[in-house]
Amino acid sequence: MHYKQVMLFITGKAVKLATLLIAVSILSFFLISYSPIDPVQLYIGADMTRVSPEQRENIAEYWGLHESKPQQFINWGKAVLHGDFGTSLLYRSPVADVIAERFLASLALMVVAWLLSGVVGFLLGIIAGMRQGTWADHVIKGFCFTLASTPAFWLALLFLMTFSVWLGWFPVGLGTPAGVLAEDVTWVERLRHLVLPALTLSIAGVANVALHTREKLIEVLASEYIRFAKAKGEHGFVLVWRHGLRNISIPAVSLHFASFGELFGGAVLAEQVFSYPGLGQAIVQAGLGGDVPLLLGIVLFSAVFVFVGNVMADLLYQLIDPRMRRSGVQ
Amino acid sequence: MSMQRIDAYATPTKSNRSERQRAWTRIILALLLLAGIVVWALLINADNLKVNLEGRNTAPSLAHLFGTDWLGRDMFARTLKGLTLSLAVGMLAALSSTGIALFFSLLSSWNKWLDDMVTWVTDLFLSIPHIVTLILLSVAVGGGFKGVVVGLALTHWPRFTRLLRAEVLQVKEAEYVGVSRQLGRSRLWIARHHFLPHLFPHLLVGFLLLLPHAILHEAAITFLGFGFSTDTPAIGVILSESMSYLSTGLWWLAFFPGLALVIMVSIFELLGRSIRRLAETSSG
Amino acid sequence: MNLISSTRNTPLLEVKNFSLTFHSDRKDRQEPLTQVIRQFDITIREGEIMAVVGASGSGKSLLADAILGILPENATCKGMLHYKGEPLTEKRRKHLCGDQIMLIPQSLNALDPLMKTGKQVQTVMKGKGKKDGQRAVFRKVGLPDHVSNQYPFELSGGMARRVLIATAMVSNAHFIIADEATPGIDPHALGEMVTFIKHLAMEGKGVMFITHDIETALQVADKVAVFYAGETVEIANVEDFSGTGETLRHPYTKALWNSLPQNGFVPLEGHQPLADEKGKGCAFQPRCQRATDICLQKQPESRIVKAGMVRCFHA
Ligand SMILES: Nc1ncnc2c1ncn2[C@@H]1O[C@H](COP(=O)(O)OP(=O)(O)OP(=O)(O)O)[C@@H](O)[C@H]1O
Ligand code: SF4
Ligand SMILES: [Mg+2]
Repeated sequence: MHYKQVMLFITGKAVKLATLLIAVSILSFFLISYSPIDPVQLYIGADMTRVSPEQRENIAEYWGLHESKPQQFINWGKAVLHGDFGTSLLYRSPVADVIAERFLASLALMVVAWLLSGVVGFLLGIIAGMRQGTWADHVIKGFCFTLASTPAFWLALLFLMTFSVWLGWFPVGLGTPAGVLAEDVTWVERLRHLVLPALTLSIAGVANVALHTREKLIEVLASEYIRFAKAKGEHGFVLVWRHGLRNISIPAVSLHFASFGELFGGAVLAEQVFSYPGLGQAIVQAGLGGDVPLLLGIVLFSAVFVFVGNVMADLLYQLIDPRMRRSGVQ
Repeated sequence: MSMQRIDAYATPTKSNRSERQRAWTRIILALLLLAGIVVWALLINADNLKVNLEGRNTAPSLAHLFGTDWLGRDMFARTLKGLTLSLAVGMLAALSSTGIALFFSLLSSWNKWLDDMVTWVTDLFLSIPHIVTLILLSVAVGGGFKGVVVGLALTHWPRFTRLLRAEVLQVKEAEYVGVSRQLGRSRLWIARHHFLPHLFPHLLVGFLLLLPHAILHEAAITFLGFGFSTDTPAIGVILSESMSYLSTGLWWLAFFPGLALVIMVSIFELLGRSIRRLAETSSG
Repeated sequence: MNLISSTRNTPLLEVKNFSLTFHSDRKDRQEPLTQVIRQFDITIREGEIMAVVGASGSGKSLLADAILGILPENATCKGMLHYKGEPLTEKRRKHLCGDQIMLIPQSLNALDPLMKTGKQVQTVMKGKGKKDGQRAVFRKVGLPDHVSNQYPFELSGGMARRVLIATAMVSNAHFIIADEATPGIDPHALGEMVTFIKHLAMEGKGVMFITHDIETALQVADKVAVFYAGETVEIANVEDFSGTGETLRHPYTKALWNSLPQNGFVPLEGHQPLADEKGKGCAFQPRCQRATDICLQKQPESRIVKAGMVRCFHA
């Protein structure tokens, strides 16, 4: 790709991300600011009765609660631009630090699940597509449709019951209560905690990829170029390998990148069931506990996360599909 | 000189009849099942939902198909109540999201600027994970029942809007709309007489396909603790409460309610897909 | 001339009393069957170009599919289908298709959009020196070297068609089925295609040239098989098409010939019968001016008249 094109691509995406983040900030800030949450009370927590009205005033002053909403937003926005997302009320530490730490934990989970569901889903989709109308196809399709109707957290509960309670292979949630320092957890221990949430998340993600791949493969198999390839005597695996995979893998991988939003949502639920100390658990705690700075921080972060997925999906087409890669050059 | 000109050879139309029959069978079956769930839930004896400390923690039996919980409440009754609650909330959410989607899609037919705005807002809503939006809205509204309904109603429209918008733009290009416009028909007239009739099947199918999503999201957000209060027999609440009892082996508390939800959602999926198929084969 | 010289050896392709039927999408039997091709006869010899002329949608491409063994699942065919004197079985096809039997497909979408053209052409070649061989053929059909490294979307329609022809040329096929695009390609490209196909026949290959356009057929072919309602109604020599068509045997062929602008532009009324409209008599009878009682009663058998085949009582 040409240098100029790359620059254009990057600038375009950067502008898009910037406007997106501004819009998300405005939207979520004003949504939250009209909520019935009393930040002062939350900050003080259970000690409410022991705080005098003056102290209350001071705290309100400190948080800038007397200023107009737009002014509050500008203050918050300015701080955010300097990398200061405020202090988490629940964790009593900078929001940015909380997100960074939690995200690393979630990332391990999501990477494993993303890869696994991608590979398994793609294979299932190919099998179903190649054997369209046979029992294998019906089984895979039925499995995927059922999966699409299954709440991820119930799946998580089933795994918890089977593998942790019944078989005793894995810890029953609550193994690492929030607050245990990261250093105190051994690698093996961490892996043990990772397996079930990752498994849940992988399985939950399979249906989408598999159904999409199946559909695409059937479409490709009905195409003129497959007909011609068959007329040239190509058949079976060679046929699918040579012409099928090429034409279905780009859209499939691209779709998988574009599904970061669902991945994140699944992680929220899985982490909740398995008490996995990730970003998903943090946003639930922030929401339930009224930890506004942390909540806003995670909202913005999740928007960036989804955006990155979409850019990757786009980039994949730009880099790999010759129709996109070359048409710019000519 | 092509032979086509002197010799049009009509292609035999492929019969869709059996396909349509199958779709109809599925639709009727699905509707019967759903009606069954609702009627059964309405007939449930209120006594079953009452606390009955003598019959606590009993495993599934003929008397209590889904077992009882730690307060001796019949899980089957609670599950059925939960399903109808999910259904009601899902309906409400799907209905309002359909309304929003329709409004936005008609708006985008107005002019280029509004179209761009609609696209932008749609993209904006799709740029945050759905669950995160739900949490945000729930917190903004103050949680509880209101939080769930508002959240669900306001978040299921973006993808549907994209579909409807494409349809509207397609109809807009159609010849008969151009004719109407030249006849000086107002935009509202065109919307009523051209867009709506064309959109109606899409609205129905879209609504039906939104339902299972809305129901699943209701369960999820309630499970996380944002939705209904703990005394409501919502599936999310039931499953969330069951977590405390799983380690003591009360597996039925989580297994059956979840399974029932999966079945209901699957039925809706099936219904939506069958009706879509029907709409496709009749127009195509 | 061809008729005499080529009768000596076994024909490349021999199709007799061939029929092709569709059942409904799924395998339940309640749905009516559609017979697209019936009583189809054709014989093609080495070095011979046989045009198969029929209206759009009359089943010409399906005939090609049947020979190549790539019919859709819901199709069944009956009848004799011999290649070099032996039945074309599934097993034989595996060796023959793409090697001895090649297709020049109708649609330009037959090229894999994500594979370089050079590579696609090389897939039908065997042994060493694939690349050189492929480039040589590309040059022969007028494609510069760099086209080998291009993807189909980078080619013009004419270039893509040449790539498809090149595919048939690099293979050592003895029998080639060329399916011509129905929308019609522009006269210049068509002229080129005709040249290449004649060239292939000159090398001794048998060609079945599928087209809906009688004029093109006459430019290319030695013999013309006319397709009506799924049947071969006449196999004529190219020379038979002259004057007002008095040497032609079948009323339909004559009507086709006379509907050409240079031959009076006489239109033929009516339409081809649908699959379920076919009566027990001659399929052409409703539109035939020479029809008599017998044409209503019986289907005409194929017979030889003036060194050509015809399916008509009154030829
Ligand atoms: N899978 C199928 N099931 C039922 N009917 C089919 C199927 N595939 C093709 N047909 C029918 O068979 C007929 C023959 O199609 P075919 O493509 O062979 O026509 P053709 O003579 O090649 O036309 P053209 O000149 O336009 O290429 C068509 O009328 C089509 O409707
Ligand atoms: S058999 Fe009879 S109806 Fe058929 S073409 Fe000959 S003359 Fe016409
Ligand atoms: Mg054809």
